[in-house]
Amino acid sequence: MRFILPCLCTLFYAATVCAAPDVAEIVQKANFASYYNGDDGSSLVEMVITDSQDRTRTRLFTILRKDESDGGNQSYYVYFKRPSDIRKTTFLVHKHIQSEDDRWLYLPGLDLLKRLAASDKRTSFMGSHFFYEDVSGRNISEDLHTLEEETAEYYILNNIPKKPDEVEFSAYTIWIDKTTYLPMKAEYLDKSGKGYRTMEVLNTAEIQGFTTVTKSKISDLNSGGSTITTFSEIKYNIGLDQSLFTERYLRRPPREARQ
Amino acid sequence: MKTLLTLCLLTLAQPAMGNMNDLKDQLYDATGLDMVGFMETRYGLRTQNDPHQKDESIAEMRLQLDLFKDLQWGVLKFKGDLLHDEVMHRTTGEFRELNLRVSPLDNMDIKLGQQILTWGTGDMLFINDLFPKDWQSFFIGRDDEYLKAPANALKTSLFYDMANIDLVYTPTFQGSEYISGERLSFWNPVLGDLAGANGKFDLEERNSTGRDSEYAMRVSKNKDSMEFALYGYYGFWKTPEGMTGDGKLRYPRLSVYGGSIRTPLWGGISHMETGYYDSSQADNGNDPLTRNDEVRFLAGFEREIGQELTASIQYYLEWMMDYDNYEASLIPGSPPKDEYRSVLTLRLTKLLMNQNLILSFFGYYSPTDEDAYLRPKAQYKMTDSWLLEAGGNIFIGSEDHTFFGQFSKNTNVYMGLRFNY
Repeated sequence: MRFILPCLCTLFYAATVCAAPDVAEIVQKANFASYYNGDDGSSLVEMVITDSQDRTRTRLFTILRKDESDGGNQSYYVYFKRPSDIRKTTFLVHKHIQSEDDRWLYLPGLDLLKRLAASDKRTSFMGSHFFYEDVSGRNISEDLHTLEEETAEYYILNNIPKKPDEVEFSAYTIWIDKTTYLPMKAEYLDKSGKGYRTMEVLNTAEIQGFTTVTKSKISDLNSGGSTITTFSEIKYNIGLDQSLFTERYLRRPPREARQ
Repeated sequence: MKTLLTLCLLTLAQPAMGNMNDLKDQLYDATGLDMVGFMETRYGLRTQNDPHQKDESIAEMRLQLDLFKDLQWGVLKFKGDLLHDEVMHRTTGEFRELNLRVSPLDNMDIKLGQQILTWGTGDMLFINDLFPKDWQSFFIGRDDEYLKAPANALKTSLFYDMANIDLVYTPTFQGSEYISGERLSFWNPVLGDLAGANGKFDLEERNSTGRDSEYAMRVSKNKDSMEFALYGYYGFWKTPEGMTGDGKLRYPRLSVYGGSIRTPLWGGISHMETGYYDSSQADNGNDPLTRNDEVRFLAGFEREIGQELTASIQYYLEWMMDYDNYEASLIPGSPPKDEYRSVLTLRLTKLLMNQNLILSFFGYYSPTDEDAYLRPKAQYKMTDSWLLEAGGNIFIGSEDHTFFGQFSKNTNVYMGLRFNY
């Protein structure tokens, strides 16, 4: 009996996988595909922000990432290149899965290392329509996920925040590609249930074996503004040292960031 | 008028600057030089008459050039300002940075030369940061960057698992730009009145390399999201807090020992810092011409309180040691300082229009001195290159001799226009 039970379980498990992975697995794979490719990575990021009156602003920065473990804690390092008034400003995030993130901003003009509160994850990243959370990933345990529909191409998931008071949306739907597990589209509903924000992936590319988003767009349906983010010079498994993600390198940006 | 002219020049310059990013890229490809900078013009007026000063509190044009080159074995940094100051009628150049950084060991960085240095946890309040400041720039509405003045120093940083150590050696003392009366009026205790350039004191310089050196040290450690630091300083008061027998201002000896903690708390960030100011030349409070020893303390908290709205508050205390001796030795007729001087600060920052409009307020209020200093400011990023700014420096005080009250005749409003290239 002792031997049969595990065998049965294995069989049962295999059968479920073949039918359809469960929601938790889809969510986890999507999380890995979006934010955990390789053990580390770097990319040059350009954000073109268009406001409701069609005026544009451009942000250019390098982003470095290193994972502690897949799905676990991560460090992000951002080195701003443009516009020139924020050139050489650096930004560091220690993303914690079990606790609040730690964030620091270094202003070179004043040689000032500022500590930033992590409470405002859903505020604009550098004036763009991307939130801090869109850049470094929303903790998957913060929402309740249900598989709404499965099409030939997508798993369509509905997500409801566990703490609705802490976010501006009431729910969001994501379309996850069934082969790559990349979320290709998302729609956010406001508190009244009206769609007000969308994310679309405009381009992907195969880089070092990882299907990677190279262009995505977030639109604010209320104001009519949007931000298109383009990723280039993407590299994975470059061997970034954990020491890069410390105060030392906020004050003296490493070559990997200045490239 | 000059300001208007600059405005025209800046506007004319814009098309030429249109392809500035391409030019900078070309420069980088050809020489490896990374260049940024800005041009700006600023104009401000006193909101009341000051018999000792001009109406214009600021009227200037500035060009900043920032160059950076990676030499592979080190990096070279240059940041220089060319300033035409209409209030002081002079054109000056200033090296804000001219330094070389090398890493002779894996866990060691050395930065040598003119540099801006900052540490500590206070927001616009400094206890263990004894690097030079420029209070004059701060009070007349220059960009916040100019609160920090450069120092010619050698900074050595060592990084260990146990803790990081920073050592800063400044061979020749570099004081802060203090309010001397030349441009901003202040309380002159000898005249017993507010004074301008008429009340400017002579200063006993501290410029002997070696004898007038400064040493600063920090040992810091981050653990479980908490930042701990211990500090030590051996040098001099950064503003002339002493006077010689013949009526000259001087920078008395000062040693400071302190510590700080910064940590996330209640969805925000809290910080605490303290320091003991050992003013050895004050002779335990028996020398009325030198500032006494002090215990300084500050605690603060910052968090987001609304959409794109951040608030922070701080409490700051200066506690004079040997107060009995101070009172006993006080020169008759001069208004005595309190044993405790406390200050509360409030900062509010609201971002609007995709963070292109920044409304901010910073206020100091001292319940013990019954005075205040308020800094409202609005900044509008018209494009990625153009920044328009307006603000005020408002000094309020019931008495003329208190820390902020003495500057009440300097209350000013200003505007600035900057082109970043």
